Amino acid sequence: MTLDQMKPSSEGRIKRISVKDKLGQRLMDMGVYAGLRLKVIRNAPLEDPMEIELDGYFVSLRHDEARFVEVE
Amino acid sequence: MDILSASGTMKPALWRWNKVQSEKILVALAGQPNCGKSTVFNALTGASQHVANYPGVTVDKMTGWYRHNGRKVEVVDLPGSYSLTSYSPEERVSRDFILHEKPSVTVNVMDASNLKRCLYLTFQLLEMDIPVILNLNMMDVVKQRKLDIDTDKLSNRLGIAVVPTAMKQGRGKKELMEAIDKVALSEHTVRAARIEYGEMEPVIRNIMKRLSSETSLESLYPIRWLAIKLMEGDREVQRLVQENHSDFKSLLAYVEKLREDFEALYDEAPEVHIANRRYQMADDITRDCLRLPASAKRPFSDKIDGLVCHRILGPIIMIGVIWLLYYLAIVQGYNLTNYTWPVLAKLRGLVESLTPDPGFIEIPLSRAFFLWVVDSVNALLNYIPIFFILFGLIAILEDSGYMPRMAFIMDRLFSRYGLHGQSTLPMVLGGIYVGGCAVPAIMSCKGIPDERSRLATILIIPMLNCLAKVPLYVLLINIYFAAHKAWAMFFISTISLLLVLPVSKILTLTILRDKETAPFVMEMPSYHMPTIRGVVGRALERVWLFVRKITTIVVSVAVIIFMLLQFPGISKDRMAYYHGEKDKAITAFQKRIKGTGYAEGLQGDNLMALVLYWDEYISTRMTVKDEEAAAGMNASFKERNPVFFSIVQPGDDKDAKKVNKAFKGLFKERKGMLREIRKERIDNSFLGRLGKWMEPVTRWAGFHWRVNVALLSALAAKESSVATLGALYEQEEEGEALEKRMAKGEEGFTPLHALALMLFMVLYPPCLATAIAVKIQAGSARWMLFSIIYPMVLGIAVAILVFSLGSALGLSGLQAMFAFYGLALALTIFMGLYKNKLDNID
Ligand SMILES: Nc1nc2c(ncn2[C@@H]2O[C@H](COP(=O)(O)OP(=O)(O)OP(=O)(O)O)[C@@H](O)[C@H]2O)c(=O)[nH]1
Ligand SMILES: [Mg+2]
Repeated sequence: MTLDQMKPSSEGRIKRISVKDKLGQRLMDMGVYAGLRLKVIRNAPLEDPMEIELDGYFVSLRHDEARFVEVE
Repeated sequence: MDILSASGTMKPALWRWNKVQSEKILVALAGQPNCGKSTVFNALTGASQHVANYPGVTVDKMTGWYRHNGRKVEVVDLPGSYSLTSYSPEERVSRDFILHEKPSVTVNVMDASNLKRCLYLTFQLLEMDIPVILNLNMMDVVKQRKLDIDTDKLSNRLGIAVVPTAMKQGRGKKELMEAIDKVALSEHTVRAARIEYGEMEPVIRNIMKRLSSETSLESLYPIRWLAIKLMEGDREVQRLVQENHSDFKSLLAYVEKLREDFEALYDEAPEVHIANRRYQMADDITRDCLRLPASAKRPFSDKIDGLVCHRILGPIIMIGVIWLLYYLAIVQGYNLTNYTWPVLAKLRGLVESLTPDPGFIEIPLSRAFFLWVVDSVNALLNYIPIFFILFGLIAILEDSGYMPRMAFIMDRLFSRYGLHGQSTLPMVLGGIYVGGCAVPAIMSCKGIPDERSRLATILIIPMLNCLAKVPLYVLLINIYFAAHKAWAMFFISTISLLLVLPVSKILTLTILRDKETAPFVMEMPSYHMPTIRGVVGRALERVWLFVRKITTIVVSVAVIIFMLLQFPGISKDRMAYYHGEKDKAITAFQKRIKGTGYAEGLQGDNLMALVLYWDEYISTRMTVKDEEAAAGMNASFKERNPVFFSIVQPGDDKDAKKVNKAFKGLFKERKGMLREIRKERIDNSFLGRLGKWMEPVTRWAGFHWRVNVALLSALAAKESSVATLGALYEQEEEGEALEKRMAKGEEGFTPLHALALMLFMVLYPPCLATAIAVKIQAGSARWMLFSIIYPMVLGIAVAILVFSLGSALGLSGLQAMFAFYGLALALTIFMGLYKNKLDNID
């Protein structure tokens, strides 16, 4: 499953980031890395972007970006 | 500074840190966005850098200094970055600074309540083999959340000094200064923690070997860092190798091969492996040094977010916040100007009294000039209360942490038009609804990480409803849409948004297509309580900045417009004619008062003195409100000149009454002449000629040359448009409102004309202050020129469309207004449906 398919308040473990370069690096730098647990907090009022929690730290990202984060 | 430019100038020695030799210490503040670097900077240097609870506020580096133990310490506030790759300008700036300026100490400021993620950056700094102090900032938050950090252990594990602070409260400042001194003055020895990259270590060693045997880069940069960066696929470091190696191709191909092999072997891209290793180490150290309480949540922030980001309540709260912003700043701020305006009026009076007195029909050039400049400056200074409140409220929004939430809510909508969630604040400031100002709005575009969206935002902001456009709208609506004021006001307040969104979309699909984009991924910081001192301080500081920067520009432009309106002036013949008229009028007056006791005393200069006396009496009386003050005023005028006073206030004196009546006539004639002269001068002036010259084109938009002149003069500042119209439709009766005068003076000017004019004003090019702001924020004069030219073309096109088509179809002003609104709405919806391809993912 990829992150963009997850519903609010569901949880999972990051498996892989399937994008490189700018976006891949940015995701990693913001604390998205394999093995970490994450929780989807909410979607924005217009569905996009979404907010997730990583280890007590909150990040928002667009669904188009979240689809490169594989979760299990 | 470019990473390459310094490389040639350094002497070939081994990469080593400079020891402090002089009396000066250079300190760099590095850290992730929003960790409090600017707060630390301000605390250390006593400066007032921009602080906000909003990642990415500081984009350029800032320098300040302090004195400690007799030594001067220079501090540089670097832009915040989550990492030190070469993907974003902030990261490049920070990294180049550290590598080239070689600060004696780099203070790694971090949000201690976020230890693990912040260590990720710390390791990257340590990898550069530089002297680092770890500054655990926000210790108050740590305490509040009942986290427990073992700083000694942390210092041991990392091998560097660790200084805890709560800089917002100024706690820990002394200790930090001491630590800086100590580290700066001692020899830099490598004993800091180092990340082992496991399976990648042999590969890194191989690259290091080739780098040191084949290039001289070892003397310029930390070699292990270079090798790791090459494994990460860092473009800048690849370029560095290219510039410093005759056979760079073979080396880079070798690295590329290693990268591919690594990925094939371990099923993990090298850069992912590197990041994972850093996080593992961070995790390891955090587990060792940080004790969490039973629940390490941030209950307060989460609760607020439950409301503020709620599906239905969120947008409502946001609209409420924006409404409050406008209400407090624009409405209440405007009320405050009732108290500040008299001060400005006094200033004008002072200038008036210092310049030479006017003659009967000739106004000295210096008088006209200084009054013009004062009026132009006053028009802007009048906004100070509004700006003060506006800036204070922005500071509250910034400090509290609400801004990223606004971006979160609006991103979906704005990204459809090539904008960014973070375009929200600039657009609110620029005047999404009536009354904003493009200057602070454009300044606040700084934080938008995506260059394309940032430029698009900068370019569309001048089209929003800035405060200075409003007087013209109000004027036209009162004359031509008097029966439908509410509709017209709604139209004009919302039409700009409907124009701005499609325009931005078109810009991003065309000329901005190739600009760099950035991922949206954004931190949602926890809420902070803004402090009164911080908010008021920031508001004052920004108002001051505004006054300083803007007034100088406005003065210079006012001078230019003045000259364009004043010269070449009236011909000698015409002036001689006016002198003849003047003499006639005076002779007639003298004849009329002959035989009264006053005739003797009103010859030559004395008559002129009476003119000035009368003028002053009238203008003073306008400012006097109650009876008591009026009596006082009369007494003082009487004391100054009892004879003149009895002419002004004749009472029952028959002679005086007669003179009073005759003089009133003369006074009116003089005014008429002055008006004629002024009108003739403008007709004749360069600006007037320009207005006439443009008429063949602007005619299709329904703009008369006088309107052209008003629009041209608005280039300096938009409020000039109404002022110039005021001058062009000079009042005939005392106190007649401009509405009436304009309606009278412009027969044949219909609501359709007014609509075209208003739409042109919506799309009007930025005023000079804004143009300068565009130049600063977009970083080039070319964008500034573009931002001036394209709205003009667009504006005239829209005005022509509305006017010519409207006339051809026989639409009334109101019908044309609705038709245009429908068109703009349709275009906006259409543009929003057309989706940009996903271009930030490459
Ligand atoms: N509670 C607390 N808040 C702090 C402390 N230091 C800074 N802040 C707040 O943290 C927020 C961010 O501070 P800044 O100084 O703007 O952070 P920065 O690192 O310069 O941010 P960028 O320029 O965006 O990278 C502001 O709201 C500050 O008031 C502190 O020690 N304790
Ligand atoms: Mg800052």
